[in-house]
This record gives sequence, C-alpha cells and structure tokens, in this order.
Amino acid sequence: MSSQSYNEPVGDASLIVCQHCDLLQRLPELAPGASARCPRCDKELWRRREDSMNRTLALALAAAALYVIANSVPMLGLTIVGREASTTVLGGVETLWQDGQEIVAGLVFFTVILAPALQIGLMLAIVLGAIRAPAPRWVATLLRHHPTTGTWSMIEVMMLGVLIALVKIADYATVIPGVALFVLGALVFVLAAMQSSFDPCEVWEKIEWADEEARHNVSDGQMPSRT
Amino acid sequence: MSSSAPAPIYPTAMQEGLHGCAVCGLISRPAPGEDEGRCPRCDEDLAYRKRASIQRTWAYLVSAAICYIPANLLPVLKTTTATGTDYDTIMQGVVLLWSPTGWPLSLIVLVASIMIPSAKILALAYLLITAQRGSVQNNQQRVRLYRTVEFIGRWSMVDVFVDTFTAALIQLQPLMSVAPAPGLLFFAAVVVLTMLAVESFDPRLIWDAASLKEVQHA
Repeated sequence: MSSQSYNEPVGDASLIVCQHCDLLQRLPELAPGASARCPRCDKELWRRREDSMNRTLALALAAAALYVIANSVPMLGLTIVGREASTTVLGGVETLWQDGQEIVAGLVFFTVILAPALQIGLMLAIVLGAIRAPAPRWVATLLRHHPTTGTWSMIEVMMLGVLIALVKIADYATVIPGVALFVLGALVFVLAAMQSSFDPCEVWEKIEWADEEARHNVSDGQMPSRT
Repeated sequence: MSSSAPAPIYPTAMQEGLHGCAVCGLISRPAPGEDEGRCPRCDEDLAYRKRASIQRTWAYLVSAAICYIPANLLPVLKTTTATGTDYDTIMQGVVLLWSPTGWPLSLIVLVASIMIPSAKILALAYLLITAQRGSVQNNQQRVRLYRTVEFIGRWSMVDVFVDTFTAALIQLQPLMSVAPAPGLLFFAAVVVLTMLAVESFDPRLIWDAASLKEVQHA
C-alpha cells in the first residue's frame, strides 16, 4: 500500500466534499459562528468558529486540570452499619480485574481513563504544535488519530452509570458522593466545549504536507484561506 | 417534493474522479488510471469508498447479534449476602430498579441496554441491505438513521459502568458483596462491535445508486 503515489491536489480551496454523501460543492462565505450544511444530506460541512485555537487551548488546559483531580480523589463512598467504603474511578477498574473480568476491566480503563487522557493530551499537543506555521508533521499524526480518542472517551456515559449505581445502592446504604463526581460533571461540559470550539480544518491548513512539492504547486495558484 | 421538475444533477467527488480525504478534507485527484492514492497533505491511504465496507460491517454486525443472545440470557451481576447468592441479568436489573421513585432510571437502563443495542443491529442491517440492493428511496431518512445510530451507540455502555461501580463499592464481606458475572463481557462486546460496525459502514454507499441513476437520466 505504501508504494502508492501521492494524489494531485485540486487547487481550489473553496471546494469541499461532503463526508456523508460525497457531494462536491463550493463553500459559501460564512459569518462567524455560522455553519454550512450539505444541501443533499444535511451533514454539517464546516462551522466558522471564532478564535478557535485560543479557546481550544484554554478549555484543554481546564480539562487537563479537572481530569487530574477527578482521577486522584474518591468518587463514591458509602456507609452501612458503621462500615465505610469508597472508590475512585481506577478502583472500579481494579475490582473488575480482581473479579476475573480482565477484558471488561480493560475496556472500562480505556473508555474512562486512557481515551479521555489522550483526548485532552493530544488536543493540547496539537494546538501548541500548530502555533507556528507550517506545523510539523507530528501534529498531522496526532490530529489524524484525535477523532478516535473522542469516539471512545465516554466520561459522560460513565457519569450516568455512576448516578444509576448511586440510586441502586441508596436502597441498602447511605451513599456519599465524592469530590471526583462533581469534578467529572464539570469535565463533561468542558470536554464538550473543547471539542466544539476546535476547528481541525484550521490546523490542517497550517500543517506541513506529506508531499511538500504538491503544496508549492497549489500555493502558486494562490490558496484562498477560509477565514 | 414535486416530481415534475427534473432533479438537479449533483456531481459527486467520485463522478469527478476526485478523492475527498476523510481525515483532513483535502480534495485530490489520483494519478491517471489509478483508483487509489495517498493524500498529499495528511498521507491518508485514499479510495473512493471505504474498502470492503459492506463486508466488514456485516462481519461486526453478525458478531454483535451473536453476542447479544448471551448478553441478555447470562447474568451480569452476582450478589452474595449472608443468606445466599443471587444472579441478575440485565432485564432483572431493570426490574429491580423499578420503584415509585426509581422508575425513570430503570427506564434509562431499559432503553440504553436493551432497546438501543437491538435497534442498532436492526438499523444497520436495514442500511446494509438497502445499500446492497441499490435502493434510491428514503436516502435522507437513511442517512439520518445512520447519524442517529452513530450518535446514540455509546450510551449503551451505561450498564457496564453501572455494574462496574456497583461492584466496586459493595465489597462488604461477609455482609454483602457484588461481583460482575460472565454476561457483562458479552454485553460489552455487543456495544464495542456495534460501534465498530458503525465506523466501518460508509454512508456514501446510501447515495451511490441515486447518483448513478441521475447520470443515466442526464
């Protein structure tokens, strides 16, 4: 597969292809905050975000701080007839592992600890790496894998699961919501805001191309910026 | 909606012989005579459609449908108390949670754990069959269905988290302890496999038959 040659880029940067129906179309001028949708399948093609890089950086830093707190303090506790118990996020994974459910433990670890860490960490690296143009190739590698981390990062789903578990346990014991529970609640919103403020197109336009020659051919015929 | 006016012919990137990169969005043209190539910007391996999308999606989907059976029949939680050991399946968990105050949560688990996974499997099977038969009907609804399945799928994981944290917290031997049971693995497998199925399906296949027809009529 690696023997394949590079495609020749189409010089017109206002053209866009819909990812859901392959329709080739021209992106209109957009006011800040406005988005363009595919006329055939209604997929959002692009949204013009204001000050995307700075906002994303700020939100990613906030998310990183919340993430560290959320994973270092207890999330849930309970008292029952004088006995106390508490667990952190990682504690849930450990119990699953000890009970012989190694695969499920691995999945939970991946979806609520590893994937969110990568989602935040890669985002920080991407935004910092793309400050100067042209951005180095490693930014492209991270940016390409970033959507996968978002797909598998399931903190908001875990929050719902924890709340249901709380209600279930409340029948037998007094439950004590831990600090991490509130921090995770905040993290859900910060992560959502971080994702929606980020504009991958803006970073892609700054990145050093895999085939640098092709880029120069394109910029000869001027590359109109979308912003 | 009126059928009197001829439908406008939209060119797709494939009809124009162009690749729209799924990773970085760059539009590029493969070398003459080639169907595949690499994106000059992000180095993605490009093809007009995801490779073997239908076959891969079916493979994930059939695996998910098979795992769906033990996921619902086997217990997901084992509760040990002083008086004995109890095993609960997902459905029994829903019933246990049902109470005058707890019914909304019970309903969430019912929808997320039982209805969404089965609806997802049926929806993807419908999308695959219609795409394979070259259907040109309900394209907008079908792509909307695809997006709904894509958006909603992750929420099925909720039961895995409920059981994880119930088990983590209730470790009060010998009074009462809760441990995960084998059904949980199959249930998690259903969620992961359907998510992989959604990812391997190429929604552009929904439109290809229609694009072909428009060209023929032009």
